[in-house]
Amino acid sequence: MQTIFFKKQPRIVATGTIAGPKECAGVVGKCVDKALLDDMFEESTYEKAECKMLKYAVQQAIINANSTEEEVDMLISGDLLNQIISASFTARDFDFPFLGVYSACATLAESFALAATLIDGGYQRRIVAATGSHFSSAERQYRYPLELGNTRPPQAQWTVTGAGGAFIADMGTTNSNIAITSATFGRVVDFGITDVNNMGAAMAPAACDTILAHLKNTRQSAKAYDLILTGDLGALGSRILKDLTWEKGVDIANNHVDCGEIVYNVIEDEFQGGSGAGCSAVVFNSYIFDKLKRGELKRVLFVATGALLSTVSSGQGESIPGIAHAISIEVV
Amino acid sequence: MFEPYLEILWGFAKAFLVGGSICMIAQIVINFTDLTAGKILVIFMLAGVVLQGLGLYQYLVDFAGAGATVPISGFGYLLANGAMRGTEKGFFGAFTGALSSASAGVSAAVIFSFLMGICFRSKTKKN
Amino acid sequence: MYEMTGKNRDNYNKNYIAYVNSFDPPTQHFKNCFRAFMVGGLICCIGQFLRIIFEEVFGLYGDELAGMVSVVLIFLGTLLTGFGVYDRIGRYAGAGSIVPITGFANSVASPAMEFKTEGLVYGMAAKMFIVAGPIIVYGVLAGTIVGMLYLFL
Repeated sequence: MQTIFFKKQPRIVATGTIAGPKECAGVVGKCVDKALLDDMFEESTYEKAECKMLKYAVQQAIINANSTEEEVDMLISGDLLNQIISASFTARDFDFPFLGVYSACATLAESFALAATLIDGGYQRRIVAATGSHFSSAERQYRYPLELGNTRPPQAQWTVTGAGGAFIADMGTTNSNIAITSATFGRVVDFGITDVNNMGAAMAPAACDTILAHLKNTRQSAKAYDLILTGDLGALGSRILKDLTWEKGVDIANNHVDCGEIVYNVIEDEFQGGSGAGCSAVVFNSYIFDKLKRGELKRVLFVATGALLSTVSSGQGESIPGIAHAISIEVV
Repeated sequence: MFEPYLEILWGFAKAFLVGGSICMIAQIVINFTDLTAGKILVIFMLAGVVLQGLGLYQYLVDFAGAGATVPISGFGYLLANGAMRGTEKGFFGAFTGALSSASAGVSAAVIFSFLMGICFRSKTKKN
Repeated sequence: MYEMTGKNRDNYNKNYIAYVNSFDPPTQHFKNCFRAFMVGGLICCIGQFLRIIFEEVFGLYGDELAGMVSVVLIFLGTLLTGFGVYDRIGRYAGAGSIVPITGFANSVASPAMEFKTEGLVYGMAAKMFIVAGPIIVYGVLAGTIVGMLYLFL
């Protein structure tokens, strides 16, 4: 089954977020728990900084949920680095079990869906789901050294420096009214885009596929949601997504927002907007979650998108497969 | 009495025009093909080797001075030139000539990069 | 109508790729080329200046002169890379700062600085030529081929 429904409606109790200086200049600046002035975060390498940010997000989510580390049953996390080292090294500092997941920038939605599934099944009661990314560590792994003087193509996106985590718990343990009601697991879709700088175009078909499947399986129209929030398609990818869904007879133009498109203040040098696992993690867990808490949004379809490529695959000329997972979040 | 100065100025103008033109050709290639920096460097270096192999790049160097030797095609010119001159010493000279003529550049790149690598760290980018 | 599912890997939907390409912002040929020309020309003028200095003041000539000019330019390229300025220039000038020898220096120095965190041997030293390595490899190959052809023809 592609779409599963959570009858016990696991709740998102609280979130913890942290973001770098460039991100905090935008809409998320006022909503994050900690705005970093220096993206090294007092560490010696960018990878260590990313790890520390992720750890901060997990701890802050637990604190904001008025819980303790002893009460947490599990951490579900992933990130963009090879062998998801940031997530694993973060888990090293905690005493609870750890599930490492990877679907590139869609990792947050996958973590949420898995957490909700485990809680709905009655196996766990409190789970922290968190992801993060760092511009400098992603840049050196996927692209070039930072100081190399080459031009950025106009389709390029900017990896978000930041991390976000959510404390998801059984409805019996909390009075939070923000529930995860259903989840649609995405299929891997590949339309043959080979340009590694054009991630938006590679992921948009996957987002379209998942959104349509979700709406079909839940027998809803796109209007049923106040907001359809995609992960990091960027400005170009969002336009493609609107066209693709329009072609299939679904109009999402009015309620679609993309995290990558809104995360930065001025889209000039970063061209298409933000990307990376941290993009949806920061925007959803701070800006959107605040709106949910205040009741400004009632029903949100969160569709995080990921481009499943590696430097090896793109070096061998493979096209870029995309994936998108959707979770439906409602204020009940 | 101004003639030596005029000659120096003319030298600068030639260097500027030829060097700028080589860079502009590279930019045109980038505009139309999406080649990355590494490939552009290789292509222009090979162009220098081939042109010097045919004996043409020497004219450009004589004409423009630094305008022809500073772009990476000048590095190719140096390699080819070294190999060609090495042939005077026979097979072994032709074999070692290329790299020995470019040794200054390669050594400098390695030594200075090592020093900079020790002294500096790459900084994060704001945009 | 061809159903777009993305599952048929042998026959990708060309329509989609053409449709995506239609969004490509137009390349600003004139601006890019003008910047490349100006910056490239300027770097070559610095080279010419050094050439005159070494020739007139230090009395160098021939290979030694060309070598010293390259060495100083490479030093300047790596120094600007170290201060984190060269990538700014590169962002502005495109090929204008890639093609001169300073761009070669930048492509050697930037991985050296970047991979220092993985150690001095397998990090910095091993990764130093990840961008510039091909230039050395193909340069030596092509140069030797030219030498051999010259020898036997």
